[in-house]
Amino acid sequence: MDFYDIYEGHKRFDFDDFFSDVTATDVQSALAGEKLTEQNFLALLSPAAEPFLEAMAHKARRLTVQNFGKVVFLFTPLYLSNYCENQCAYCGFNSKNEIMRKKLTKQEMATEAETIAAQDIKHILVLTGESREHTPPAYLNDCLGILNRHFSSISVEVYPLATEEYRALIAAGVDGLTVYQEVYNEKVYAKVHLAGPKRDYLYRLQAPERGCQAGMRTVTIGPLLGLDDWRREVFFAGVHAAYLQNKYWDAEVNLSFPRLRPHRGSFLPFAPVDDRAFVQLLLASRLFLPRAGLTVSTRESADFRDRLLRLGVTKMSAWSSTEVGGRKQGKRGSTQFEIADQRDIAEMKEMLLSSGYQPVFKDWHKV
Amino acid sequence: MKIVLNGKEEDFLQPLTIWDLLTVKNLEPDRIAVELNMEIIAKTAWTKVALQDEDKVEILSLVGGGRGNE
Amino acid sequence: MNDDFELGGATLENRLLLGTGKFSSHRLMEEAIRRSGVQLVTVALRRIDFDSREENVLQFVPPGCILMSNTSGARNAQEAVRIARIARAAGAGNWVKIEVIADHRYLLPDNYETIKATEILAGEGFVVLPYMNPDLMVARQLMTAGAAAVMPLGAPIGTNRGLQTKAMIQILIDEIDIPIIVDAGIGRPSQAAEAMEMGAAAVLVNTAIATAGDPVAMAVAFAFAVKAGRQAFLSGPAATKESAEASSPLTGFLR
Repeated sequence: MDFYDIYEGHKRFDFDDFFSDVTATDVQSALAGEKLTEQNFLALLSPAAEPFLEAMAHKARRLTVQNFGKVVFLFTPLYLSNYCENQCAYCGFNSKNEIMRKKLTKQEMATEAETIAAQDIKHILVLTGESREHTPPAYLNDCLGILNRHFSSISVEVYPLATEEYRALIAAGVDGLTVYQEVYNEKVYAKVHLAGPKRDYLYRLQAPERGCQAGMRTVTIGPLLGLDDWRREVFFAGVHAAYLQNKYWDAEVNLSFPRLRPHRGSFLPFAPVDDRAFVQLLLASRLFLPRAGLTVSTRESADFRDRLLRLGVTKMSAWSSTEVGGRKQGKRGSTQFEIADQRDIAEMKEMLLSSGYQPVFKDWHKV
Repeated sequence: MKIVLNGKEEDFLQPLTIWDLLTVKNLEPDRIAVELNMEIIAKTAWTKVALQDEDKVEILSLVGGGRGNE
Repeated sequence: MNDDFELGGATLENRLLLGTGKFSSHRLMEEAIRRSGVQLVTVALRRIDFDSREENVLQFVPPGCILMSNTSGARNAQEAVRIARIARAAGAGNWVKIEVIADHRYLLPDNYETIKATEILAGEGFVVLPYMNPDLMVARQLMTAGAAAVMPLGAPIGTNRGLQTKAMIQILIDEIDIPIIVDAGIGRPSQAAEAMEMGAAAVLVNTAIATAGDPVAMAVAFAFAVKAGRQAFLSGPAATKESAEASSPLTGFLR
């Protein structure tokens, strides 16, 4: 049994029918519950819940503070390579795009790592495009040897790997895995993933679970908002997160909701998500999964991220650059997407402290 | 023949099967179980199993009760 | 609406389970079972007393009522397994409540011996309901070991103190996928209702009914309370107002 069995069971559900039947009482009932069912979650994602955002926000805030404290975890992404074999319609690294391809040498990576570490960042998210030729697992393991010296916690956001490959990464020092399904809707998935290994929907869908089986401490999943109707996509992502939480008791499951941003190649999202919708889906997710971490990246503007702070966010990336070798190097790779929040670490720290939140850089130390 | 029955020593002059023992003790075979030397003997075997010297026999039945009734 | 309780292959309409100990007479026990509609009772295994011939208590259990043997007396897993096997041979059927108590002061169960016994007996085809001190990790292990349900205590046996372990029981109800049956410590029908409102699948009551002034009336009261609590749970919580902080609204910026 894996998550696809559960997804299959849900995909024929008549969402439109459900949304038209949800009443204000259903929403209030969901709001009052201590442990929400999937139906409650869907009610909170429905149009009927729109008038209740303020009430949802207050409960989401209370639950977040109770479970996480007034604390936000900061991390920085480090792009190692933008070589990619896939043709994802929405991504700047699309193999058809004529961009500057780059892969960090060991020296460049060490420099990048030092630069980041100098800013007190202890938790790093390492990213690559999908290319077993340029960035095979062996390359990743090598990089980890260097990165381990600077960071006490390393997560990876790379192409889906086999369970043994995840185990090898863990042995080399990785403790977190991020895999975005991009879109749970199989038809849309086939439409936007035009070529390359990423076309394998199932292999990607099962990747977070392989990570859990391999022993990843943290697993982050989520949809790429804008590819399909957000209410359905966030519902599937939430159910996916609940599935992983229930099956792998010792894994920390996080949800992240990257929202499509303009990029080279101008892909227009099929189902754009406005700010109001973004807030609703974030709040509904917090209420459905009180103990899941919620991450918001620098795709969102500084102003918006500051507001989201009080609505249940527990992890934020900072000082992002999607250029490979973005921070110091001379010749850089092209960007994956545009960064909206350009603040550096010091500014993020300042913002958090002045909002009454404690910025956390280090959650634990591997022994 | 000396056996230990429910923790107490008892003497019997003749050889007995389990069935014979139950008859001697005037017990209905319903809802009771017999353990011979820590092994449960099925009801169907009661007429066939003969008791021997030094055997430890437990005859137990279901009763109303739970803990606190020791 | 069908809200029958499926347990170990049987279907129970009544979520009040009854322990048969401590009744002043078998006849009262029988009446209590009949009037309350209880469908599952626990019985113990004892050595036959050759000198005093009591009436066979089982004659007083209405036909159709499930008999669940209780391993009371066992101080460790080995003894519990032995008792369960003998009880099955004595005609108790496949149902067994594992009760392993090595503490004679408070009569608190030994969770770890209980896990061991559960695994062995589940492997032998018993429908196992382990009595335990509520602990999430232990409950998970019991589930993995093959228990059909988990029976956390509300308070120490015989104390009638109600749900002193309420928070821990709630966690089990929220996190464990098999039925949670609250056993021990329920002293009043209101406490049984409370357990059912929380989402317990059933409750097991003994002392509070058997030693009441009028055990039959008390059994009926408990049956009502269990139904009321269950109905309340099924209806879902009433909407309560989240106390909004007097100060700044959180989503005002979305205008």
